[in-house]
Amino acid sequence: MIVETGHYALVLALALALAQFAIPFIGARLNDAALMRVARPAAITQFLFVALSYGALTYAHVVSDFSLVNVIENSHSLKPFIYKISGVWGNHEGSMLLWVLVLSFCGALIAVFSNAIPDRLRADALAVQGLLGAAFLLFILLTSNPFARVAPAPWEGRDLNPILQDPGLAIHPPLLYLGYVGFSIVFSFAAAALIGGRIDAGWARVIRPWTLFAWIALTLGIAMGSYWAYYTLGWGGFWFWDPVENASLMPWIAGTALVHSAAVMEKREALKVWTIFLAILAFSLSLLGTFLVRSGVLTSVHAFASDPDRGVFILAILGFFIGGALALFALRAGALPVGGLFSPISREGALVLNNLLLSACCATVVVGTLYPLALEAITGEKISVGAPFFNTVLVPIALPLALLMPIGQMLAWKRGDLAAALQRLRIAFIVGVVATAAFGAWYGTPFLSIVTAGIAIYLVVGALSDLALRVRGSSGRASLKRLAGLPLSVFGTSIAHAGMGLTLLGLAATGWGVETIVAMKPASFYDVGPYQIGIDSVSPRQGPNYSEVYAVMAVRKDGATLATIEPAKRFYQARRMARSEAGIVTLGLGQVYAAIGDSHEDGTIDARLYWKPLVTLIWIGALIMAIGGGLSLADRRLRIGVARRAAAPALEPAE
Amino acid sequence: MSVEAPSLSLPRCRGRGDPNDRYLSDGEKSPNLAPSPAKRGRVGVGVFIALVLFPLTAYAVTPGERLADPALEARARAITTELRCLVCQNQSIDDSDASLAKDLRVLVREKLKEGMSDAQVREFVHARYGDFVLLRPPVKLGTLLLWAAPLIALLAGAAAIWMAARRRAGFPATPAKALSEEERARLRALGVSDRD
Repeated sequence: MIVETGHYALVLALALALAQFAIPFIGARLNDAALMRVARPAAITQFLFVALSYGALTYAHVVSDFSLVNVIENSHSLKPFIYKISGVWGNHEGSMLLWVLVLSFCGALIAVFSNAIPDRLRADALAVQGLLGAAFLLFILLTSNPFARVAPAPWEGRDLNPILQDPGLAIHPPLLYLGYVGFSIVFSFAAAALIGGRIDAGWARVIRPWTLFAWIALTLGIAMGSYWAYYTLGWGGFWFWDPVENASLMPWIAGTALVHSAAVMEKREALKVWTIFLAILAFSLSLLGTFLVRSGVLTSVHAFASDPDRGVFILAILGFFIGGALALFALRAGALPVGGLFSPISREGALVLNNLLLSACCATVVVGTLYPLALEAITGEKISVGAPFFNTVLVPIALPLALLMPIGQMLAWKRGDLAAALQRLRIAFIVGVVATAAFGAWYGTPFLSIVTAGIAIYLVVGALSDLALRVRGSSGRASLKRLAGLPLSVFGTSIAHAGMGLTLLGLAATGWGVETIVAMKPASFYDVGPYQIGIDSVSPRQGPNYSEVYAVMAVRKDGATLATIEPAKRFYQARRMARSEAGIVTLGLGQVYAAIGDSHEDGTIDARLYWKPLVTLIWIGALIMAIGGGLSLADRRLRIGVARRAAAPALEPAE
Repeated sequence: MSVEAPSLSLPRCRGRGDPNDRYLSDGEKSPNLAPSPAKRGRVGVGVFIALVLFPLTAYAVTPGERLADPALEARARAITTELRCLVCQNQSIDDSDASLAKDLRVLVREKLKEGMSDAQVREFVHARYGDFVLLRPPVKLGTLLLWAAPLIALLAGAAAIWMAARRRAGFPATPAKALSEEERARLRALGVSDRD
């Protein structure tokens, strides 16, 4: 009964989504306030019904209701409770339901936090959000029903893929979706602005917090997924340029560009056309990613052609929304007034260059991801576009971008002084050069790691120099006063940029990792970088729905044991699948990482042992970027008050 | 991240003991047997998901495969990280646990031991398996647009910026002239601040 209620709630949500689209949209055209007012309750109620539906599916998973196909295929009565909950989105139908849940949640957020927005803009934005919801609810109900029953019900389910039975996977998808789908809010506001024909700094002020919100969630979601891959896959890789990863990276790059161009538009009224375009682009790339992942097209274009229902449906949704938005854009963008003027050497100019480089990165990822599909569809030729391609073409764009970041921070709005900006960065330059030389002397190779690490250090110091210069006063007290008076968004920028620098440093340091692949003998120690690792014992152990063999390893340095780690090999009975569980210990900013393989009759066990210096910076940097984004977000909320905004510039140092 | 979608099946190379690996290993060992896409599509329950699906490998290079000579082994690794595991999705044979990947790793090492240069080994594998095996696509007519994409994007973007700047330069007087009271009122109605 609960399951049927959930199914029915989904149908009701579809009806509400259609109402949320049609009524406010007509209201906005007729300038009828009563009709427009329907948008907010409709959006909130739609969310509640989708949540009810989602709750019903979760209930079915938790009580192991094996009369549902979805539960049979993805659950098992012995599966730990947390994976019964996360298993709901560990499959196509459930993950689409989560997608729609987040989409309707975004609609509800607009409805709740839009008191300061003009009625018409709000009505149109919620109408677009409603239309998006309707399209995807229809997709679920017609092609991917998670509530399908089967009779007779089997006694036991087939369990969730063991790879997905991990706490990382329990957090990663909701966070990623919040970012991915969060861009729908910005998309809806862009479409609404184009429909209404009002695009100004006020609009930029409306979308900037939402952009930041989605960007923060996406940053954390990608970082989380990457760390999960790192500790799960048994050899410490964390990014593979896989199309499904690219699917989340494309909107992230576009979103990063949008955060910056929206700042220009808000402050200076410039880059309007471009900001609107990016707002459409970010969510369009989310839709493209959903298509790539959900349609089966990645497996091969032939598999797509043989079972096209879902793919064609998503493709139609994609075509309608992206095509519609771009058509609106083409129609209206030309009529937009020219924005504020600025000289090429200025904060705006630097941000334009930033957007150019980010867009080139984004275009490269899009082309690299789609090219093999297109080539095979057109000529039948099969090629692979993998990590070597992406690394080769993106590094030359990304490194100049990193060099530019602190310079942009130092330039004034409207007209900047490049020489003065470089002069203020001299400490960052010096530290960067010294760091490069030091890394070179210490490690010797590889060249790219040394250069990248040097640039990363320069980026961190440069990002923080901006803060330091702003608060430098005649006395400690004056400095403190200035520090307190700085807008939070200034901290946000510096901290997010420094976070990027730390991530870059972590990436550079992968070139200095040490790997030892060895058949380990008991009681012998093996060198891995500065440490020695030896096996104390190897024993079997029984988990709730798996059995495992685990090794207890000691990590030593100069004869002293620093830590013990327990890499394991797990075997999941229900699916008859094996999975490795790495043994990891963080030492300083680096990690010792061990994975075990087969044991042999002579008592040895195959093992892969790694020392990964500075590797944690990859994810710590992402976390710091997100914190920087959070500070900017907090600032925007505070600065809704006009009086406060007027006070802030007075406290900024004269430039 | 992740979701399992049986009907969408993306083949993934999983760890030892994965029953799906059996389909791959026995039938498709012979080197000239490039798997047809349709066949790969059926293999196994695809993992995957909504977002980030990663190659699911338990174990790749094993101690027994490694060459005694560290210099030769390093060359082998450099080559195998750029060769695709043909039965996996977007995974190099260096990372993959599939039997076919293992065979290819051993093959690369044998050829290096026979004294082939890196380029010769690559060419040997390329000739057998075609472009599909190269994770770094070869530069040729069909991939020209792919390799040129970053440059085209940069140039097109730069051209667009230049044109936008000229468009702006075409209206030099507008912002310099003080706004009329009527214009200010209109701006305020649009919610725009009329500062500068």
